[in-house]
Amino acid sequence: MTNHWRDIKHADLILINGANPAEAHPVGFQWFVKAKLDPTKGPGAGGGAKIIHADPRYTRTSAMADIYLRIRTGTDVAYFGGLINYVIQNKLYHEEYVKNYTNASFVLKKEFDFKDGLFTGYNSSTRSYDISTWAYQQTAPPPVAGEAIEAPPTSQTGFAKRDMTLQDPDTVWQRMAKHYSRYTPEMVSSITGIPVDQYMQVAKLVGEMGKPDKVMTIVYAVGLTHHTTGGQLIRSGALLQLILGNMGRPGGGMNAERGHANIQGNTDHAISWEILPGYLRIPGPGQKNLTDYVNVNAPKKSDPNSWNFFGTNYRNFMVSLLKGWYGAKATKDNEYAYDYIPKPAVNSSWMSIYDQALKGKMEGVILSGMTATSIGPDSNQVMTALGKLKWLVVMDPLPTTSSEFWKAPNVDSASIQTEVFMLPTTHWIEKDGSFVNSGRWSQWKDQVIPPEGEARHDHWILADLYDRVKTLYKNQGGKFPDPIMAATLDYKDPKKPELDEIAKEINGKNLATGGQMASFALLKDDGTTTAGDWIYTGSYPDAGNLAKRRNGISNPAQNDPTGMGFYHNWAWSWPLNRRVLYNRASADLHGKPWDSKRPGIQWNGTTWTGDVPDYPATMNPDDPASWLPFIMNGEGVGRLFSNSMLDGPFPEHYEPYEAPIPNPLHPNVSEDPVAFLYDQAAGRPNRFGKVGDFPYVATSYRLTEHEHYVTQHVPLLVGLQPQAFVEVPAELADQKSIKSGDRVRVSSARGKLEVVALVTKRLGPVTLAGNKTVYQIGIPIHWGFVGVSAEQNPDRSKYWLANALTPMVGDVGARTPEFKAFLVNIEKL
Amino acid sequence: MTEITRREFLKLGAAGAAGMAFVPLANPLGFDVAAAKKRALDLRISGAKEVHSLCPYCAVGCSLIAYTKEVNGKTQLLQIEGDPDSPVNEGRLCPKGATAMQLATSARRVAAPMYRAPGGTTWETKSWDFMLDKLAQNIKASRDNTFVAQDANGNVVNRTEGIAFAGGAAFSSEEGYFATKLMRSLGVVHIEQQARV
Repeated sequence: MTNHWRDIKHADLILINGANPAEAHPVGFQWFVKAKLDPTKGPGAGGGAKIIHADPRYTRTSAMADIYLRIRTGTDVAYFGGLINYVIQNKLYHEEYVKNYTNASFVLKKEFDFKDGLFTGYNSSTRSYDISTWAYQQTAPPPVAGEAIEAPPTSQTGFAKRDMTLQDPDTVWQRMAKHYSRYTPEMVSSITGIPVDQYMQVAKLVGEMGKPDKVMTIVYAVGLTHHTTGGQLIRSGALLQLILGNMGRPGGGMNAERGHANIQGNTDHAISWEILPGYLRIPGPGQKNLTDYVNVNAPKKSDPNSWNFFGTNYRNFMVSLLKGWYGAKATKDNEYAYDYIPKPAVNSSWMSIYDQALKGKMEGVILSGMTATSIGPDSNQVMTALGKLKWLVVMDPLPTTSSEFWKAPNVDSASIQTEVFMLPTTHWIEKDGSFVNSGRWSQWKDQVIPPEGEARHDHWILADLYDRVKTLYKNQGGKFPDPIMAATLDYKDPKKPELDEIAKEINGKNLATGGQMASFALLKDDGTTTAGDWIYTGSYPDAGNLAKRRNGISNPAQNDPTGMGFYHNWAWSWPLNRRVLYNRASADLHGKPWDSKRPGIQWNGTTWTGDVPDYPATMNPDDPASWLPFIMNGEGVGRLFSNSMLDGPFPEHYEPYEAPIPNPLHPNVSEDPVAFLYDQAAGRPNRFGKVGDFPYVATSYRLTEHEHYVTQHVPLLVGLQPQAFVEVPAELADQKSIKSGDRVRVSSARGKLEVVALVTKRLGPVTLAGNKTVYQIGIPIHWGFVGVSAEQNPDRSKYWLANALTPMVGDVGARTPEFKAFLVNIEKL
Repeated sequence: MTEITRREFLKLGAAGAAGMAFVPLANPLGFDVAAAKKRALDLRISGAKEVHSLCPYCAVGCSLIAYTKEVNGKTQLLQIEGDPDSPVNEGRLCPKGATAMQLATSARRVAAPMYRAPGGTTWETKSWDFMLDKLAQNIKASRDNTFVAQDANGNVVNRTEGIAFAGGAAFSSEEGYFATKLMRSLGVVHIEQQARV
């Protein structure tokens, strides 16, 4: 989230797409309800907000919405694209913000174009784009003095050309307007299935939100990310927010609802193949040294007034990380042990792991609190992959479908040669440490009870294993043991590090003084500072671990002096305890809040007050040399056009890989032309189905009572949702003579489910291009062959894995699988 | 106040519900229900230690208060409830958070390390030392088998291609960071968690 849960109450309008917060994040949903219903506040002050919910299913979220739109799953780029078009055509955008706070005025290369579903530079044999035309026209190189002061990367050739009138036909603004002019209400309707009159009602409400004293939030979850266009789905919402001037403001932003207690923290700390802690990119093979690495990966300054804070400090952050990890072995002479960091050749994300296993190239997999089988996609193929491993480790407090995969229904255990290790671990409540919520609040929890029985903490198991591996290398030698030996383990007990000690390491220290670092702005590239994760620098100063702070709502006068709900002394929020990201953009050019009722930060003549400013604390906004508002990227402004997306600089609607209709915008380039097709790329037969065989669209989701798969072990929750089912639209059920309670088989090209049908009017037909009627079927994800329900229904639970149906195909950049839009058939059993 | 058992209390409650259909404002129990509930709760947690935790499920980040007592030298978990001081949940919990205690005290836990040999049809209970020693050997062997020091273009890449690590979304942040540090130091490139799936 750019903002945080409590902040949602400040919105005038809440768009919810690809999410069902009332059921999946029920307690967070109170802030949506407060925005709408708080009787003590008027519109614009935390009451009177409207909620618009676009979802294939009418859910409890829809029940609280002012407008519910039945949308075909996977078509939200069209939905947002149509709103962008409406706002531009009717001049309802926030003009001052668009001109000064976005790259609308940046002039693009003339060669850049988009035609028949393809951006310039497409290569069909490699299924990728050459992005050299996706760039700005350059002005002359900047003066040398400026270069010396700001130390822009050496590859800098000049700044981007800008036209503040926005009239040049090659400005981002004009190109964007042209791009989205195709997204007429009729076109949007033919793609999404939303009737034009309903859509126009929404467009009118959204169009109001470009006024400076109005603010809208967009809230989404994995209903937007789990598509081959996942990244672009989010970006299309962000573009709308930028042209309405809603980024950086209380009550605004792009707000992702994370699905698990600490996905946020563990992404920040880079349990993610493509990054190192703090979103520093993992180095690539051609990047021979730190200078190469910084040149390739750090954002480049493209405007004289851009601070480019991230780009400017990239080297400081990387060296401080390396110094923290490799201590005395990280020296100036060896580039701070840069060679110790592995450099992947190819995408190594979730689906790639199992793809490599299917190819026989993956020997061992360690699953620490994760289950490969249930999570999928294409669970049957994942189980085949697990069976090709030499060894599998499952670290979990409870059995999972991965620990038990070798004795899954219909599997011949004796034929599986994988060696399996089940290591019992502690629950969250048996250890301390922080969880970072969706709103980036790092909150500390204490250990409540001691470990049960033989259970051990995951990090103690890893520390112990590491120690044993280290001993083996010491005694036997082996391939490049240097980083294994060098990694710092400066804990009281290296085999049992305390989480508080690790929190201190993450923050980093000044090696000269031995003190804790107070801010990442002080990190250096000379080996005198450390930071395990620079975005957390400041979370653990000499004063102590700030995530432990608990000054809450019992004393709002003291703990929330602005009344804006920041609660700066409750836990700690990255970066630097900032509660709303990009908050410089909450105020106008002179530092005055766009809306005085909902200030983020404001300039009082000498300093910025309010939230922790995303700007130098005493920088006068009227100084001609003052920085542009978005300090982290090279442009210094929000990017309506970005060449950092591999499938296009403007979001475009592409159909899911299994779609009921050809793309109405460009039928010859129907799907995302660069999405990664694992089976095809590996030379395996593809596992996609066609609409003739699988005529219904399916999507998957969570129920309130369950959390993926762990809750299959909680009897009270199993009692509330006892067995697997699918939701079937009433009209389709009539055609198929299916009644609630009947058992049905739902099948895709990859697998099948055999479950109970729940016939409902919450789902229904949508009418698409060519007057085609399409039904959508809803599939909760929670069941499998392990857990209380499975034990109670040993015969029925054989075909309960929802992800047996889903395709192994992903977004080209993010590689999120297309869990949320695929084709199935349904039959009554 | 007259002591009543829980079963009797429930019976009275049922009668009360029926009675209320006719006399909505009457209290057939003849005493203040709210006060009785509070007293029951007080008895349950009186003298207990209050410990702060967080809900382990979704990422709203609801604060919990857990109540524990030392019984025969063992810490017993008595109750979990929402923390009313949290600016996030203000004391509220959903069905999952409200039943977090059943996850915390689950009787279904894996009791000891278990090993399944290649081709095996059952689990065998093993010691931690057996498991960790064998695993350490596997990790070293797979690392040495699949380690690439230099790629075809002569670039130093120092990567282990044949081991993958997936970390849980209910790890504490510090555990996640620690796992990243160790895995990268082993050269692992396939590092993933819940964010994509």
